Amino acid sequence: MRHIISILMENEPGALSRVVGLFSQRNFNIETLNVAPTEDETLSRLTVTTIGDDRVIEQITKHLNKLIDVVKLVDLTEGSHIERELMLVKVKALGAARDEVKRTVDIFRAQIVDVTPSQYTVQITGDASKLDAFLEAMSPVGLLEVARTGVSGIARADKVLSL
Amino acid sequence: MELLSGADMIARFLQDEGVEYIYGYPGGAALHIYDALFRQDKVKHILVRHEQAATHAADGYARASGKPGVVLVTSGPGATNAVTGIATAYMDSIPMVVLCGQVMSHLIGDDAFQETDIVGVTRPIVKHSFSVKHPSEIPEVLKKAFYLASTGRPGPVVVDIPKDMTAPTERYEYVYPKKVKLRSYNPVTRGHTGQIKKAVELMLKARRPVFYTGGGVVTGDASEGLTDLVKRLGFPITTTLMGIGAFPQSDQQCLGWLGMHGSYESNMAMHHADLIVAIGARFDDRVTNNTSKFCPTAKIVHVDIDPSSISKTVRADVPIVGPAGSVINEMISLLQGREIANPEALAEWWQSIDGWREERRGKLYEPSAEGEVLKPQEVIEAVCRVTRGQAYVTTDVGQHQMFAAQYYKFDKPNRFVTSGGLGTMGFGFPAAMGIKQNFPDEQVVCFTGEGSFQMMMQELSTCKQFGGGVKIINLNNASLGMVRQWQDLNYKSRHAHSYMESLPDFQQLIGSYGFTALKVQTKEELESALERTFADNDELVFLDVAVDPHEHVYPMQVPLGSMRDMLLSKTERT
Repeated sequence: MRHIISILMENEPGALSRVVGLFSQRNFNIETLNVAPTEDETLSRLTVTTIGDDRVIEQITKHLNKLIDVVKLVDLTEGSHIERELMLVKVKALGAARDEVKRTVDIFRAQIVDVTPSQYTVQITGDASKLDAFLEAMSPVGLLEVARTGVSGIARADKVLSL
Repeated sequence: MELLSGADMIARFLQDEGVEYIYGYPGGAALHIYDALFRQDKVKHILVRHEQAATHAADGYARASGKPGVVLVTSGPGATNAVTGIATAYMDSIPMVVLCGQVMSHLIGDDAFQETDIVGVTRPIVKHSFSVKHPSEIPEVLKKAFYLASTGRPGPVVVDIPKDMTAPTERYEYVYPKKVKLRSYNPVTRGHTGQIKKAVELMLKARRPVFYTGGGVVTGDASEGLTDLVKRLGFPITTTLMGIGAFPQSDQQCLGWLGMHGSYESNMAMHHADLIVAIGARFDDRVTNNTSKFCPTAKIVHVDIDPSSISKTVRADVPIVGPAGSVINEMISLLQGREIANPEALAEWWQSIDGWREERRGKLYEPSAEGEVLKPQEVIEAVCRVTRGQAYVTTDVGQHQMFAAQYYKFDKPNRFVTSGGLGTMGFGFPAAMGIKQNFPDEQVVCFTGEGSFQMMMQELSTCKQFGGGVKIINLNNASLGMVRQWQDLNYKSRHAHSYMESLPDFQQLIGSYGFTALKVQTKEELESALERTFADNDELVFLDVAVDPHEHVYPMQVPLGSMRDMLLSKTERT
């Protein structure tokens, strides 16, 4: 099963490589990875999506918790949560397709953020499956470039990942 | 207020931390530190002949004393040479602090002379590592390193120190930090009482219980408590290789150690048990054999300080995260005034176990006859007798390691020092040297083979310089015995590169360092040679004993089988 694990870790050199290294060292899998400093500049928040059965996920969270640089973590998929990913896509937009692209962008509630006579750059946010669906819808038109941030997430309601 | 350079801070910190010996090798990036060590006389530095030996020597000391071993090496090749020793300590959870010189910080990343990203290289084999960014942070970083290395589940910590951090011209305030805090590191100090209660209830109700305890009891300094607990309940106990000595092996309740080459009765008892109480052990593949066939009828209580060890390979029914010592004590207090529910079932269980014991009594190996070459097992038994089972024993890796574990009987923890997890050939001699230099009054024996010994024999020179009256017992079968055994069993005795046809004359070799070497060719020569070997406790003696190269280590678990599937000799299997 797919899990989204969010980690608060020391914002220090080497911390990221310890987390990433752990996954390859122990033969765990990383689907997406996303990391940035938080409002507390001593901390970074890293979100990783991974696939594994309960035993593997238990091992992943235990080993992550063992890393000295990891301060706290949560498996967001254990509870109700919000998942978002941002994607920037350059698509061909010529002739009749130009309108078609615009319509699809509207349907997906995406935004066109850059325009040239022959292409659009589209910004879209959503969960991973929505982004996948958008790419599928666009592929007949001609995808030129795709940049995805990887999944970020947060728990619903009162649950908070902080110190 | 005291102003010190980074290098002087390191020397002062080591003094204030109570470090007596450090093992190391100088080089460009570590020279400021070496100069600071030169200008003081409290911390004694032992100059090894290869950095790997420095880590093994510090490791040996750490295993014997329970305190962190300390290593100092230079950047680049100095640090990479230490890698095998760091990995050895990591796999066996041994506290160690490794200080590595590094090129000057403005050169990092330029492929400077003797530059290696040692923090990167060692990342998967350390508990944690630090890179010093400013000289003023040295005392705190070092305190954190010692704290991390020696608390919780212990392990090696690497501290990378760029040369400019130790420059003699840059001075900063030095205060010895008595305590440090890390917000993300709070090792558990006790187990969950509810879980411990559950475990105790299972123990009281068990009909066929076995204690299975490991290195966590030794590093957790919990062997007294364990002995008390096991004695109270009257249950059988088997230990892992790393846990040997945590419960006295001369006691009837001890079945020896378990796993691939563990005792027949240990493996049989584990397989038939209805309750396994694992404490400070990690269900390693060399213990469990095939996990899907592992102990089919047992409920499993698993006590470990490291939550990631629990249910890693075998699912625990009652997981307890906590240090062995406090969990055992809590178990003991919960047992006060309670009686086991099925004493007659336990008596029957002991009958089965004694039956297994009886089955193999006198059949473990065929002793040699007069005039014949010795069996390796006989040599270990003789050394055990001569040292009254009281020596600190280190081993290298291979057949002799298993024979030493099987035939030397340990009644105390911290006495059997072996590379269990990584299986590092070359470990034994420098580890013995580290123990002997720290505990000069003790008897220290290194069982080795001519293959392993040659991997670290340069340390004879270190012993010549600094002393180290270890007794090296070389079980010489002119083969890489364990490799040969596997080739006999799985490759139709095609001995690919397991035969050593160009061995040195050990008597001349050892003699050239000014030490005594003795040779034993046949059985009747052994006793007098042992007498000579152990005559002077301060003298390094190398005893080269020719042993039967055809001997195999048994029992030996059958690959992919259960605990009870064992080869018992070249002709018998369960």
